[in-house]
Formats: sequence, C-alpha cells, structure tokens
Amino acid sequence: MGEIKASMAGTVFRVEVKEGDAVTAGQTVIVLESMKMEIPIDAEVSGAVAEVKVNEGDFVNEEDVLVVLA
Amino acid sequence: MSEQTTYNERLTAKLDGIFAGGQQKYHEKLKETNKLFVRDRLELLFDNGEYEEDGRFANCEAGDLPADGVVTAMGKVNGQMVCVMANDSTIKAGSWGSRTVEKIIRIQEVAEKNQVPMLYLVDSAGARITDQLEMFPGRRGAGRIFHNQVRMSGMIPQICLLFGPSAAGGAYIPAFCDIVIMVDGNASMYLGSPRMAEKVIGEKVSLEEMGGARMHCSVSGCGDVLVTTEEEAISEARRYLTYFPASFADKPAVINPVQPKEGRTLEAIIPENQNAPFDMYEAIDQLIDEGSFFEIKKLFAQELITGLARMDGQAVGIIANQPKAKGGVLFIDSADKAAKFINLCDAFSIPLLFLADVPGFMIGTKVERAGIIRHGAKLISAMSSATVPKISVVVRKAYGAGLYAMCGPAFEPDVCIALPTAQIAVMGPEAAVNAVYSNKIEAIEDSKERIQFVKEKHDEYKKEIDIYKLASEMIVDEIVAPSDLRTVITKRLAYYDSKQILMPYRKHPVYPV
Repeated sequence: MGEIKASMAGTVFRVEVKEGDAVTAGQTVIVLESMKMEIPIDAEVSGAVAEVKVNEGDFVNEEDVLVVLA
Repeated sequence: MSEQTTYNERLTAKLDGIFAGGQQKYHEKLKETNKLFVRDRLELLFDNGEYEEDGRFANCEAGDLPADGVVTAMGKVNGQMVCVMANDSTIKAGSWGSRTVEKIIRIQEVAEKNQVPMLYLVDSAGARITDQLEMFPGRRGAGRIFHNQVRMSGMIPQICLLFGPSAAGGAYIPAFCDIVIMVDGNASMYLGSPRMAEKVIGEKVSLEEMGGARMHCSVSGCGDVLVTTEEEAISEARRYLTYFPASFADKPAVINPVQPKEGRTLEAIIPENQNAPFDMYEAIDQLIDEGSFFEIKKLFAQELITGLARMDGQAVGIIANQPKAKGGVLFIDSADKAAKFINLCDAFSIPLLFLADVPGFMIGTKVERAGIIRHGAKLISAMSSATVPKISVVVRKAYGAGLYAMCGPAFEPDVCIALPTAQIAVMGPEAAVNAVYSNKIEAIEDSKERIQFVKEKHDEYKKEIDIYKLASEMIVDEIVAPSDLRTVITKRLAYYDSKQILMPYRKHPVYPV
C-alpha cells in the first residue's frame, strides 16, 4: 500500500496508468503541468494501481494524493 | 624488579583502562546497533590507523570516565594532517563533562593554529546535567565550541560525521559544520527528545520521524550525505577531503585526469522542447571525470543538484537545475541548498560551474507566504559575492530570476556560455504571449483564428529571444556545441586559475536570511 503524491502544485496533464495496472518503482504514473513544464510523477515503490484519484485537467496542490497503490 | 618497570607498569595499567573505554555491556550495545567503538572509528579514519592523542588522561582519577568520554587527536587523512574530536558513547552515553568540553575546545585551537581541517565524530547524549555549572555557561563552556566553529568557518574545512545522537545544544556542532554525514538508522539530531516533546508540548512522535538521519537528509536539510554504515561514513569523509585544501589559504589539489563515463552525447540527452523533462545527472556524467562526483544534499530539494566533481583532474563545484524533478523550478529549499554550497566552494577556492535549465522561481500563495523572495535573495547574494572562477552555462531555458540565480551575465561570471538550445528571457513564450495579448486572444471568436494568432505571436517572440541575437548583442559570450562543452570548460577552468578579485572595503554585507 503506497500513495503517490504531487511533488508540486499544478494541473494534471496526463494520466499514464489505470486501475489494476502493475507499476514498477521509478515508472512515471502521472505527468503534471506546472510553471509551463511537464513534471513527471514517478512511483517510488512497485505495486498495483488500486485507485487513480485525479483526472486530466484537475488542479492539484503539493502533497495531494494522485494514485494509490495496493 | 627494577623501579623503572614499576612506574611503567603503573602507566600501562592506566593506559589499558583508558583504551578500554566504558563497561563491557556498553561495548556489546554498540555491536547490537552496528556501531563501532570510538578507537576503531579513528583507526579507520586515519592513514595507517595512526594518531596522536591529547588529554588522554583527562578525568583518569574519576575511575569510570576514561578520557572523559571524548578522544581528541591529530593524524593524517590522505597525507594531510587533520584534527579530530570523537565522542565515546560507551562512557555515560558520550555526554559532556567539563574536561570533555575543554578537550574539544583545545583540539579546535590546535586545528586553528595549524590551519588544518577539523573533524567532529559525534555520538553524544549532550550535557552532563550534574556538571552543568562547570561545562555549560562559562567562558570555556560548551558555547565556546560553537563560537570556535563559527570563527573557523571558511578558514579550515569542518566536517561532522554523525554516528549517534546529537542532542539539544550539541546539535549545533553539525549545524556549524560545512558538511554533515549521517548514518541511516543510528544518527539523529534534535533539540528536545521525543520524551521531552511528549511531556512539554504533548506531541507523540518517534525519534526517527522527528530527528532521524533520513528525515534530516531529505526534509530538514540539516544532513548532507546519508550513508548506511559507519565504515561508509568514514570513507565518504576521506573522499570529501580530497576536494579541499587544508585551509582557505591554499587551493585544491589537481589530480590525474579521467575520461567521462561512456554514454549518450549531450546532443542526445538534452531535448530541444524546452518543456520536456530530462535527467541532468546523465548530462553531468558527460562533463565530469568518471567516478568523481561527490553529491551534497542528494535527497533534499532534488530540483537542484549540488556536488563536487573533477574536470580533467581539476576540482569544481556544480550547481545544476534538474528538469526531471519539479520541472527544475527553484523553491525555498533549493535556494538554501545552493546558497550554502556556493559559500562552501567559494571559501575554499573551488571554482563554480552553473548548468542552467530553469523556468524560474516557484510562484503561488504557499511559497510567497514562506518567503520565497528572501530565500531566493540568499542564493543570489551567495552567488553574486563568490569570487572564485564562475562559469555559467545556459543549457536550455533561463527565465526570469532563474537566470539571475544561475549566475546570469549581470553577476560577473567569467564566461557565460550558451548551448544552441539556450533560451534566455523574462518568461517563456507561452507565458509572455499570454501576458501581453490575453485580452486580444480572448476577443478572437473563431478558434482556428485564435490558435493561428497565438502561434504567430509565439514565433515572433522566439525570434526576439533567439540565442544568436543575444550573442550578437554580447549578452552571452560564447555559443558552443554540446559535445564540445567539456573541453571548453576544462580549458577555461585552467585559464581562470589565477583569478583574483578584491572585495569593496567594508566590514561585511547585511546578509539576507
């Protein structure tokens, strides 16, 4: 069980995983857009995606949970 | 038996007691927690394990306080004499009595008189409250240790290896060092213990969470290098010292050049799309001698990379934006991280290399309330007042105050080099066109027409900030193909070796904090 959080405030630009997907540590799961930059958010640990908490276009704050791993 | 042997026997017996340290059960506790006895640490630290000790007999009459819980010694590291104080946690948990403090002050004085590096091997529960009047408040009380540290800062390298706790007032020893190496799981720094926190403010928290090594190296920024074992801490300290002269009066040694690590070219690593992320570590590998990177604060404020390295054998301090983390945007912590690193390199004649790929400082309520402007000012002030050779490389974008922070042309870099991918501007094309034409863009009803208008304005803007235009205006000094960058920098580092700048006459600046 792990939570993948936003490293900074921004808008969700791309969601690269869906529920049930297996992810490995270091894999990009979400790309945020902030300060006109693409900000890849990577999984810190491996696991299966239990829940994707955001949609493309959502505004997120730093530390908001984006993806929950089982 | 002759009389001579008798008095030597007495000496030997005394020494045996001193070398043995504290009681057996405390030695066993060290083993259980993967810690080394203080004298084993010193043997690993010094060349051939050899050192000369001062104040060895301190408090030897007390019986149970060999060396009064601290070993102070001189010896060589990489052939260079250094001074060391090392707590012995088998004696009253490494706590400080009056002689402990006096010994630490004296070895600091030796380091200053001889202008050699001072190392602090810390593993101490703090003050012995029973001895407080003798060791805490007076002229040669514990405060004097910190006073000396401040006095010697920038004069000689000061390094802290944190093996265990560094509690309360003692936590200022690492705070005043140039660098703090912490052993994961064992090292900790805190003003009040978790027990005290619960009693005094009602907070329930674990030591690891509140003051553990990993927390300090990744969140608070009080730690610089996180290691897994004591042996690693010691070998990293020895490696760190290779980049430094014995004192500010000397320069770092130049060693044998090594070729960079084999890998992709900078042309392949750096994307032309300014907004796309890439890994700056891979680019750094192509610039520096293989295996020469000594990273400082790797886990802290990862949007900015700071580390010592060698280029053609010459020591250099690298400050590089990391587009892969938080877009390389500068935050409060990254500004602090860079400011301290620049001060460190400047104090000991290590030239600075800036690799800029920065969209600017972060904006928004959160950072404004936290004072990002005054934190950014610290970085700009440190960079601006550094007088070592400063080479500024604009890798891709350098927008707004980001250009200033990364040693833009106004801050007297010895050279400002642009790669062909460089883009220098107050802000990026998207933001600029929005700022200037937002009303006009909104007024265009046809969406195709709107997109066409925005594209035209983008193209106009890009032409305005074309890097050849900036070179023509002599804003940047040179444009270099990425694959030539290492050669150009290494040559210039050697050329600028004799650089000298006299600072304007005054006492000191009013430092932004």
